[in-house]
Amino acid sequence: MLHSLNPHQQQNGGFSFENSRRNAVLESSLLEGAYKTPNPRKTGTTIAGMVYKDGVVLGADTRATDDMVVADKNCMKIHYIAPKIYCCGAGVAADAEMATQMMASNVELHMLNTGRPPLVAMVTRQLKQMLFRYQGHMGSSVIVGGVDVTGAHLYSVYPHGSYDKLPFLTMGSGAAAAVSVFEDRFKPNMELEEAKQLVRDAIAAGIFCDLGSGSNVDLCVITEAGVQFLRGYDKPTAKGQREGQYRYKPGTTAVLTKTETPLSLDVVDESVQLMDTE
Amino acid sequence: IRGLRSQLKDSVPVAGLCPQGAYGVQDSLRSGFTSVKNELLPSHPLELSEKNFQLNQDKMNFSTLRNIQGLHAPLKLQMEYRAARQIQRLPFLPSSNLALDTLRGSDECIGFEDVLCDPGQSEVMGEPHMMVEYKLGLL
Repeated sequence: MLHSLNPHQQQNGGFSFENSRRNAVLESSLLEGAYKTPNPRKTGTTIAGMVYKDGVVLGADTRATDDMVVADKNCMKIHYIAPKIYCCGAGVAADAEMATQMMASNVELHMLNTGRPPLVAMVTRQLKQMLFRYQGHMGSSVIVGGVDVTGAHLYSVYPHGSYDKLPFLTMGSGAAAAVSVFEDRFKPNMELEEAKQLVRDAIAAGIFCDLGSGSNVDLCVITEAGVQFLRGYDKPTAKGQREGQYRYKPGTTAVLTKTETPLSLDVVDESVQLMDTE
Repeated sequence: IRGLRSQLKDSVPVAGLCPQGAYGVQDSLRSGFTSVKNELLPSHPLELSEKNFQLNQDKMNFSTLRNIQGLHAPLKLQMEYRAARQIQRLPFLPSSNLALDTLRGSDECIGFEDVLCDPGQSEVMGEPHMMVEYKLGLL
């Protein structure tokens, strides 16, 4: 498979485009339109984040979809980047996973090199440079939130490499539903419980109003003191408990009157058919 | 010693004209599906930009450095790069490029070129004689 390149030169690491050549040939010639490349698995998602009084609260749903089928009912969309920086990933599941892992490794190397804890702005810069390099082919949209020496920050990065810095952010297919809750009830410098409730409500709006999001709500609270990862903070789609018995006992309804009408039926024809059971 | 031939733009081997298989037929098992269009044009929008990424980054950095600090700064750095690029094993063996990495600063970063498609773990090896001859420009 490597002979199509110049055989005299050393191979480099990184992405190899052998398969895209093969796919191009397959799609164009061999099966005349009957062959289509399979789609990558996307996480139709609702992810949200907001800055409150002491830090940042990140929230995500837990459903991963494969076109119209739920591929994973309880996947984890909040990824670790640094001790006080976490990242929610939406879009193509594999791309988001790989991008965040690459970021985590780079941040660790940077920390060892400079001897300082990382800044959220640094993580955002590296992420947006990487995503821009791949021109949107790496389809992962990401919310980066954390606390560093300059305070609590929240950034969102889109697959093509643009970013936003705002007090509250939502991404994913359920972003519209979640941001409506934020727009209604967000205030600067909220208290912890109020903030957790607001993020939970935003994610729940995404879970109920968007087909691509579902299952549970995961929260991650990041403060100066540390991180509290609340996996399965709320399960709004859990089946309810039946409170009582819904069958009526015989004799509940009183019988008022009873009339019997015998029908006279005569036997007209009698035939026996043997079943072939051997 | 590097001959001039190896620094010319590489000629693209077009599979249809001169197949490499045993009977002069295209060897699908070893060289895969081929089409003339695929050999000449990139089949993925990122193919060219990825191939030249390091080169373009270096060019951009040198140009910025020249604008900020004057001509001498990139000249001196490029001299060091040239020296570091010559510290290599024979062409068919993997070289660590440690000096080059340190100069570029890529010893402190990790990217997809370190994780995917590691040349130290590839299943095929280049033909030693051909690769050395190519490097010396004798091919």
